[in-house]
Amino acid sequence: MTAITSSAPTAPTSAARPRGVIRDFINQQPLGALSFVVILSMTIAGIFSEWVSPYDPLHIDFAAILQPPSWEHWAGTDAYGRDIFSRIIYGARTALVISLTSSFLGSTIGAILGIASAYFGGWIDDWIQRFMDILLAFPIIVLALVVVAALKTAVLFGIDINLIVAVAIPIIPRVCRVVRAAALTIRVMPYVDAARAAGYSDSRIIFRHMAPNVVAPYLIMFTAFMAQAILLEASLSFLGLGVTEPTPAWGLMLSGNAADFYREAPWMILFPGLAISLAVFAFNLFGDSLRDYLDPRFKV
Amino acid sequence: MKSVLGFAGLIAFALAGAITPADAQQPKRGGTLNFAISAETPHYDCHGSETYATLHFSAPFYSTLVRFNLKKFPEIEGDLAESWTIAPDLMTYTFKLHQNVKFHDGTPLTSNDVKATYDRMRAPAKGVVSPRQATFADIGTIETPDANTVVFKMKAVNASMIEHFASPWNCIYSAKDLAADPNSPRTKINGTGPYVFGEHVKGSHVTGRRNDNYFKKGLPYLDGFRGVFTLQAAAMLNAVQGGQLLGEFRGISPAERDRLVAAMGDKIRIEEESWTLNLLVAFNVEKKPFDDVRVRKALLMSIDRWGGSAGLSKISTLRSVGGLIRPGSPLATPPEELMKLPGYSKNMAASRAEARKLLTEAGVPNLKFVLHNRNLAQPYTPAGIFLVDQWRQIGVTADHKQYDTAPYLATLNSGNYEVAIDFSNLFMDDSTLSLAKYLSFDRSPQNLSRAIDRELDKLYDAHVRERDVGKRKAMIQAFERRVFEQAYQQPILWWHRIVPTHKVLMGWDMSPSHNLGAQLETVWLNQ
Repeated sequence: MTAITSSAPTAPTSAARPRGVIRDFINQQPLGALSFVVILSMTIAGIFSEWVSPYDPLHIDFAAILQPPSWEHWAGTDAYGRDIFSRIIYGARTALVISLTSSFLGSTIGAILGIASAYFGGWIDDWIQRFMDILLAFPIIVLALVVVAALKTAVLFGIDINLIVAVAIPIIPRVCRVVRAAALTIRVMPYVDAARAAGYSDSRIIFRHMAPNVVAPYLIMFTAFMAQAILLEASLSFLGLGVTEPTPAWGLMLSGNAADFYREAPWMILFPGLAISLAVFAFNLFGDSLRDYLDPRFKV
Repeated sequence: MKSVLGFAGLIAFALAGAITPADAQQPKRGGTLNFAISAETPHYDCHGSETYATLHFSAPFYSTLVRFNLKKFPEIEGDLAESWTIAPDLMTYTFKLHQNVKFHDGTPLTSNDVKATYDRMRAPAKGVVSPRQATFADIGTIETPDANTVVFKMKAVNASMIEHFASPWNCIYSAKDLAADPNSPRTKINGTGPYVFGEHVKGSHVTGRRNDNYFKKGLPYLDGFRGVFTLQAAAMLNAVQGGQLLGEFRGISPAERDRLVAAMGDKIRIEEESWTLNLLVAFNVEKKPFDDVRVRKALLMSIDRWGGSAGLSKISTLRSVGGLIRPGSPLATPPEELMKLPGYSKNMAASRAEARKLLTEAGVPNLKFVLHNRNLAQPYTPAGIFLVDQWRQIGVTADHKQYDTAPYLATLNSGNYEVAIDFSNLFMDDSTLSLAKYLSFDRSPQNLSRAIDRELDKLYDAHVRERDVGKRKAMIQAFERRVFEQAYQQPILWWHRIVPTHKVLMGWDMSPSHNLGAQLETVWLNQ
């Protein structure tokens, strides 16, 4: 009698060495590599703000109100005499923490729902997709405004959890749609059929065999929505529904006193605006480059 | 020749006198006044409110017994009261009401309505909020000998009682409405004021139309008004600059004033005056560690008010350093006396060293708490930013949380806070009003420290009865010293009022309080 052993059918995965991948990426996508350097600089500035920033971002100095950019204050000072450059550096932390967590949360939930929707099909697919249709019916900023107004604030470790949720929710349906499309093609692959035939549970098939094969669109969406999340956080803070003063945040730096003094002190809006633009541009460019690099269709 | 010129000059003068001023100042009827209200009231009840947002919304629909004459402030003039007499011993106040006054629902106003109104404020039914209960505690009985006469008989002398009768918060309600539901004024408007309620679209506006049955013949001049809620200062400024709104009657910041003047030139009218309003910081003594006077005192001692005044006055409506009475007014404590009190020192290094020592002794050297604040750009946000910075300098971390007006007031009323930025919203300089906020919490629900201090109550009661100004002033200073040494609450800075109005807007009078003049009865449009 021959013992029948079943070995798990595995999904095809790329096994290139990391160093080779990085070199390859730099060669193929130089602009993407440059944007990654910008993102990395922002990340380092955010993590090591205490050491990198020349001044305490919360310190009020009424003797230095509305000082123009100088060697002492590279980006000038605001209406409280606070150093704008230091606030931008600390603002990177706020922007990255909120955008990273909300983009991760939104993209991951969206990806799971997208794969589940494609895998199960039938009424589950219908219900999930109709719900996504409802969410997609609202413009991103409107949906975020509704969520943040409904949830109020819940601060944990200095971060407003509900603000993260408000930024994450509009991301979910958009990622869900893209990942579902990718998962629909994977669902009919022989290795998925084989996994089903081997009697694996639905969750094992989804997470072990389908999810790794939608990593490319997931990563692209994740980075692209980092940019969206930065903009959304800045917009909510600008509207007074996000981060509150005196926490340094780029969107917040554009509102409040900046609106009163931008004529006399244009640097109050110029530099935070530049920081937002640069970050959004870098994340968008990196997302595009990642898509071009990972999607085989763009290599043809 | 001289006589000819003199005669011509006389004719020119007479013509100018006969035509220009009279014509220019002759009120015109008609038009709708669009103006900004930079906060939205949580309810419509004047009695239960402390925010101007309620008055700017509700005052045009109501009358009061007497009121301040803003042209001769702080003189009192009649509103519903046609005349009044005060007994020489200050124990009886008799008011004769105007005849034929009708509520907007058509029912006639009688002295019973006045009695029901004052009974509601001085002895509120269960569930009715009356922050000014302490103010009327000296009223013994209210009698209504006939439909047009109200007699207030006092339990004890209150030297400032007539000023309290002129409070803009004392909107006269219908006794019938109050009998049906004591809280009906929170959601329903039925007054005798110059305007009849039109609509309230939440988040957008309130409208009123002329009360054709108003008891003052010929008034109001306007067909109606539209108060637009402009929570964002930038939106308000744009609307005023663009002419969509003709004024903002609360007050704007110096930077906003400069912007409007630069953009509008002689089309905008700017009026300025010191303000009977201060922002204060209150410590909830029911929450630990703020039950410890050392902690409270340390936090007050770390605030550099003099430095803050110099800086914040450039960017916000905050300006003067003062105690419990408006700085510069006759009963105010002079600066040199103030500097001897905790929280007013100019030697900040010594003051902060002492504050750190007190915190260490209290066992909370690295204190952390949430500072509750209102989400209004002027001047709540600058005050919050300033306090957070001041406290950081003694190693204290305050997490600054800002709320819209309704949740902010709900939080403060619930007592669910440790430290809050509060406001003392006065309509006159009289000490019986200014000090009432600091009475024990069971006598004054507006006392956000929620402290019970019978020593303060005793000092207050004694000063209310005192008619000698010198002795009264000494009692006020003793009261002030007690409040600051116990560090329950303390003014951060007093405000400076800057009001912009289009020059076509006429008949509105500037005053030291944004709570006054909200009836819009004599406002007209010169267009």
